[in-house]
Amino acid sequence: MSNSNLPNYLEYKGKYKGLLGWIFSTDHKRIGLLYLYSVMTFFIVGALLGLLMKFELIAPGKTIMEAKSYNAIFTLHGITMIFLIVIPGIPAILGNFFLPIMIGAKDVFYPKLNLISWWLYILGAVVALSSQFMHGASPDTGWTFYAPYSFRTQSNVLPALIGAFILGFSSILTGINFIVTMHRLRAPGMKWLKMPLFPWSLYGTAWIQVLATPIIGITLLMVVAERVLNIGFFDPALGGDPVLYQHLFWIYSHPAVYIMILPSMGVISEVIPTFARKEIFGYNAVVISTLLIAFVGYFVWGHHMFTAGMSETSLFAFSFLTFLVAIPSAIKTFNWLATLYKGSIILKTPMYWAVSFLFIFMIGGLSGMVLGSLAANVHLHDTAFVVAHFHFIVFGGVGFGFFAGIHYWFPKIFGRMYDASWADTGWLIFFIGFLTLYAPMFYLGITGMPRRYYDYVPEFHPANIISSFGAFIMIAGLAIIIINLIRSAKKGPKAEESPWGGKTLEWTVSSPPIVENFEEIPEIK
Amino acid sequence: MVETKKHKIVSYKTYGIILIALIILTFISVFVTRIDLSNLSIVVALSIAGIKSLLVFSFFMHLLYDKKMYSLMVAGVLLVMTLVLIVTFLDYSYL
Amino acid sequence: MEGNNSNDHYDHEGSKMGMWLFIFTELLFFGGLFFVYAISRYKNETAFALAAEELNVTTGAINTIILLISSATIAMAVSAIQLKKKNITLIFLAITLILAVVFLVNKYFEWGAKIEHGIYPGSEILQQLGYGEILYFGLYFAMTGLHALHIIVGIVIILIISVKVYNEKIHAERFVQLENTGLYWHLVDIIWIFLFPLFYLIV
Repeated sequence: MSNSNLPNYLEYKGKYKGLLGWIFSTDHKRIGLLYLYSVMTFFIVGALLGLLMKFELIAPGKTIMEAKSYNAIFTLHGITMIFLIVIPGIPAILGNFFLPIMIGAKDVFYPKLNLISWWLYILGAVVALSSQFMHGASPDTGWTFYAPYSFRTQSNVLPALIGAFILGFSSILTGINFIVTMHRLRAPGMKWLKMPLFPWSLYGTAWIQVLATPIIGITLLMVVAERVLNIGFFDPALGGDPVLYQHLFWIYSHPAVYIMILPSMGVISEVIPTFARKEIFGYNAVVISTLLIAFVGYFVWGHHMFTAGMSETSLFAFSFLTFLVAIPSAIKTFNWLATLYKGSIILKTPMYWAVSFLFIFMIGGLSGMVLGSLAANVHLHDTAFVVAHFHFIVFGGVGFGFFAGIHYWFPKIFGRMYDASWADTGWLIFFIGFLTLYAPMFYLGITGMPRRYYDYVPEFHPANIISSFGAFIMIAGLAIIIINLIRSAKKGPKAEESPWGGKTLEWTVSSPPIVENFEEIPEIK
Repeated sequence: MVETKKHKIVSYKTYGIILIALIILTFISVFVTRIDLSNLSIVVALSIAGIKSLLVFSFFMHLLYDKKMYSLMVAGVLLVMTLVLIVTFLDYSYL
Repeated sequence: MEGNNSNDHYDHEGSKMGMWLFIFTELLFFGGLFFVYAISRYKNETAFALAAEELNVTTGAINTIILLISSATIAMAVSAIQLKKKNITLIFLAITLILAVVFLVNKYFEWGAKIEHGIYPGSEILQQLGYGEILYFGLYFAMTGLHALHIIVGIVIILIISVKVYNEKIHAERFVQLENTGLYWHLVDIIWIFLFPLFYLIV
């Protein structure tokens, strides 16, 4: 099947030419790249917003912006990063591109729906971001839209809510598409338990997307109804219950964390065996833990509300369930470590990312245990500790997984190799910057610095300087990584079919793959 | 298409019987809730609604004739919804 | 399980699975409102029971029966198409459509009467009532409104499907679109099966 003469997906000429040939293409690979470009664009915006916040925090008092601007910026940073980047991130980019190839299919089950998902994504992004440019103040609720402030504030919350609703739709359609694809389009002989682990992680993710996202959809609509119709569900002045809003919000938004992290774990489960030259240790355990995380993760949302005034029964139940969900995550970690054990490890760029993922994910996970215990949570709630924890998980976990994946599959996507020394340099600077940025925030949180404030007492100054300094290092690393990848996509040397010696199906097709991936659907023995 | 499994064609009569059953259940639920059973009436009304939806799921939506996988999925989804409701209620009704 | 892999393939089973997954999202979408209902009712039991007396059980029961019949007729349409009876299929679809419209007309008068009495979300009269009543009618309008929206969407879809049956784009060999429409319609029916006791019967 090597060196096919058929046109590859990058050069293929369809019904439309040029840009139209991309934005109206139903080829899952082109849609994956559409997502890549749009998500990366928003990511750069979101990262720069984060940088602005760290700039503000470099000294106590007003540095570059007023308190109100700071509120607007952390809201926008949150909405962009969560709804536009980490939720669609890995499934929509790497999943779209590689899920069909890895299970031996020519495309996803609903190619047109796949394209519609991307259009909805763009529409949702435009609507959500329009809140910044309309008359009136930018939203200042935080990405959580907590009631009753979200319908009392005069800022433009409405477009942000509707945008998030549309983005949810896009996410649901991707989820439906992936589940049906995996049920119906696996190549002959690929039984469920022969499916690679990245598709498996997408399977778990897709079910969460299908079963959790509608809850946030209806909840956001209810907040819209509160604002427009004064309907009263969450308004204490009308007998409503604001804590109920928090329940509904986190019923989605906690599982959403698993929408983010599961695909990332899937990428790591592909990268580590390839570069350790070993089969993954305990394939079945990894599969089962994926499904367990998806299921148990559905019932732990209350740990975001430990100080919201829940009943004691709830407190105990949610704390217990939170500790429970740590077990399957730990199982995965042990499996990855056991895969490394006695493997012949080759340290290439994707492997650097994967190994640093393990390190950062472990810190993130263990700090999550600290937050999951009731007594500690009361002390740490709404402090910088929480911010550090979820950036270790959501940015460390998802970001490092994503960059591992993009460096792993880059040769397949673009058919070219990237400059490894620049990529490694970028990784090292990014990694150092990441730790310098977020590690001090654990300390700041424990000593009592609250999150979401543009100001702080002088005692917190030294650690904040270190942290802000780290932000600049990290952004520098990010710039190197992105510039290196963009340059290499155009000018890098041609890649072979399987530059890393990977075993899964995507390494058997040409780089870049032909339009329908396979000349002949492979048979799995 | 590889799969050439014939779909089961459900007779009009079956649908008719189920429809009559559904209408009778509707009347029953109206009459029962007219009687004062205090807290029991919500239980009865929702149980009847549950039976009705079970009929719709199994016959009108063909779960009875389709692959078992669909029934499993529906059961799973309903289980998740019930559990979410129970867990939420831990915050409102507790010992 | 393993299907084939052509882009323009027809896979009845796969299309149906996609529809079921969509139905799950709908269930949870309404589920969010049912959660709010459950908790609001739990906290305002007496007020909910009193407010429920404002609704006319007969109208609710008639609408329930209308939807049940329409559900049966669309199910019969799916059987008819498989029996290669195009005209009977179209008749069943037409009955379904008429019943759907009758349902909406009923709903229109019911809502109209409430609004005429000054009961609608945010109205002054409603604000003067107790907390429980505000929540009850807020939920009533939100849930039946969202349900009515689904009926309207259903009517549009059934119309499109009827045209496709008429043009024989949908026939005994390729009828998954009709079957999926049926599934959607039954879902709308099931939602109503629960809305009816929760709003009309509970006193």
